[in-house]
Amino acid sequence: MKWTAANGPRRAGAAVLGLALTAGAANADEINPAVIYDLGGKFDRSFNQASHTGAERFREETGIAYRDFELQSDAQREQALRRFAEQGHNPVIVTGFAYGSAMEEIAPDFPDTNFVIIDMVVDLPNVRSVVFNEHEGSYLVGVLGAMASETGTLGFVGGMDIPLIRKFACGYVQGVMATNPDATVLQNMTGTTGAAWNDPVRGGELARAQIDQGADVIYHAAGGTGVGVLQAAADADVYGIGVDSNQNYMHPGNVLTSMLKRVDVAVYDAMMDVKEGEWTTGVVVLGLAEDGVGWALDEHNEDLITAEMREAVEEAERRIIAGEIEVHDYTTDGTCPVQ
Amino acid sequence: MDLATALAIAESSMRLAAPLLLACLAGLYSERAGIFDIGLEGKMLGAAFGAGAVAAVTGSAWIGLAAGMAVSTVLALIHGLASITFRGNQIISGVAINFLASGLTALIGQNWFGMGGQTPQLFGDQRFLAVELPLAGALRDVPVIGFLYSDFLSGFTVLVYVALLAVPLTWWVLFRTRFGLRLRAVGENPGAVDTAGISVVRLRYQAVIITGLLCGIAGAYLATGMAAGFIRDMTAGKGFIALAALIFAKWRPWPALWACLLFGFLEAIGIRYQGVTIPNVGTVPVQLMQALPYILTVVILAGFVGRAIPPRAGGKPYVKER
Repeated sequence: MKWTAANGPRRAGAAVLGLALTAGAANADEINPAVIYDLGGKFDRSFNQASHTGAERFREETGIAYRDFELQSDAQREQALRRFAEQGHNPVIVTGFAYGSAMEEIAPDFPDTNFVIIDMVVDLPNVRSVVFNEHEGSYLVGVLGAMASETGTLGFVGGMDIPLIRKFACGYVQGVMATNPDATVLQNMTGTTGAAWNDPVRGGELARAQIDQGADVIYHAAGGTGVGVLQAAADADVYGIGVDSNQNYMHPGNVLTSMLKRVDVAVYDAMMDVKEGEWTTGVVVLGLAEDGVGWALDEHNEDLITAEMREAVEEAERRIIAGEIEVHDYTTDGTCPVQ
Repeated sequence: MDLATALAIAESSMRLAAPLLLACLAGLYSERAGIFDIGLEGKMLGAAFGAGAVAAVTGSAWIGLAAGMAVSTVLALIHGLASITFRGNQIISGVAINFLASGLTALIGQNWFGMGGQTPQLFGDQRFLAVELPLAGALRDVPVIGFLYSDFLSGFTVLVYVALLAVPLTWWVLFRTRFGLRLRAVGENPGAVDTAGISVVRLRYQAVIITGLLCGIAGAYLATGMAAGFIRDMTAGKGFIALAALIFAKWRPWPALWACLLFGFLEAIGIRYQGVTIPNVGTVPVQLMQALPYILTVVILAGFVGRAIPPRAGGKPYVKER
């Protein structure tokens, strides 16, 4: 370690402040949660908003306030994480794969603080990593999309081009192909930087381009960019499929369904576990069986989902949980068996 | 490539070019009058916020448009005050406008709607929707003209037509009116204009106000035409691309149209042709297609633009001799 010299005095300082530190450690069981969202912002009506919803639910049920922070740029990740940890927040929850390296930096410096990272695995003793089986949920909306499509052409608009988003795409395509082997799925990514999560104009253009090529069902996994995708789908009177949060309400009649990723549950559970003293660390995988992913049915789309579609998707759900259908996970080997 | 694909790309180019064109023409008025304007981006952003917010509150896209133009004009006047009245550095003032707009829109938006700097989603009349041009249905079966008019030219939002009409209008104003002659003169040799007994300050203020109005339309188009609401930093560099187009067009209205259409076309291509498979080559990486517009921009600006000479008095505050 290059900065041992700098660490020396701090260690000494820590020894002197031993008393204060034990007081701090006692606080570790105390609940004082903080959430840091990713670049899309907490009102992206999608991934980050799901985290926000979970935190809000905790606040309403327990009356315990929480702090949160919205990033303005990538450079703030470490800063924000360190600041919340220094202020004694517990647990500190970050939402997004991009926090991986920041978490590896910061978490060892605050061994008494409980950290949660969503969508990424960080193997440290005080970190809980929550990952989702998005490919399973995407498979289900793929089944629904393929049955709703009249043209046999479907679309997918991703946010930033990363393996996680390819995982959504791959699960979706598998669901489509299992239902209609002759279908084609057009796939587009919005960009290669964090800005791709928040560019609805570009998302709308991508969706329009796919609609022009015959797509009549478009699934997005693009955070705030997806607002533009769903808008374009509604403008052209075709179906969009929402992601992460339930987005059916955004354009009733034109949002076929939403792939639910229960980030809100992950956030809520983490806060609750600390409060109840049931905190655990390690990797938590939330899939269909754990109700961590799923598809949304509510008053806004019940007319769009026929009994036949419902049957098919519930059948697929049952078979995935039973292990009869193995949905391939793109992130395991970086390839997708179907295109 | 079949006709339908070509048509779709042409339409996409047009949609993407419209805000660039409006901002580019806005910059043209200002820079022709000798006021460099690097703050096009900020003015568009301010206007997009104004339009998105007011359209959401009042329920009318037109009132939103007016609000957007008002916000943009206020920002333009701040730029004018700094660079004309107080003779400050025009580049610094422009950069300040960009920062101001980026920060203020998010702040006010958060306070107003509590949605993290966004405005509520817009529906129906709160947006500018696609309009059918008159006679589009009747002319559809006429060969060539029907295709160009009914299939291509019809079906954009009204602000796209405003952008297109602004080109001949700008040409006419600049080169066929007395005001235009004076405007060009004040950018080349303000001393001569002053000697002729015409107020340099007044002319330059008129120019920045026109800039503000046009940027306002561009911003309103982003928030209420293309998207459905304002989102933080939604201009995403369009103001700077418009500046590049302005230089590429050598500060002339008709070339500005072609330059903006070219940039719109490049972006449309970048959006559409990612992940396509080219025979014998394999799949084109997404990254390459997305970098393509920028690569071509550099190539075009470096290789084909020739010498671009800005208005001679551009960037210099005018000091009357004492």
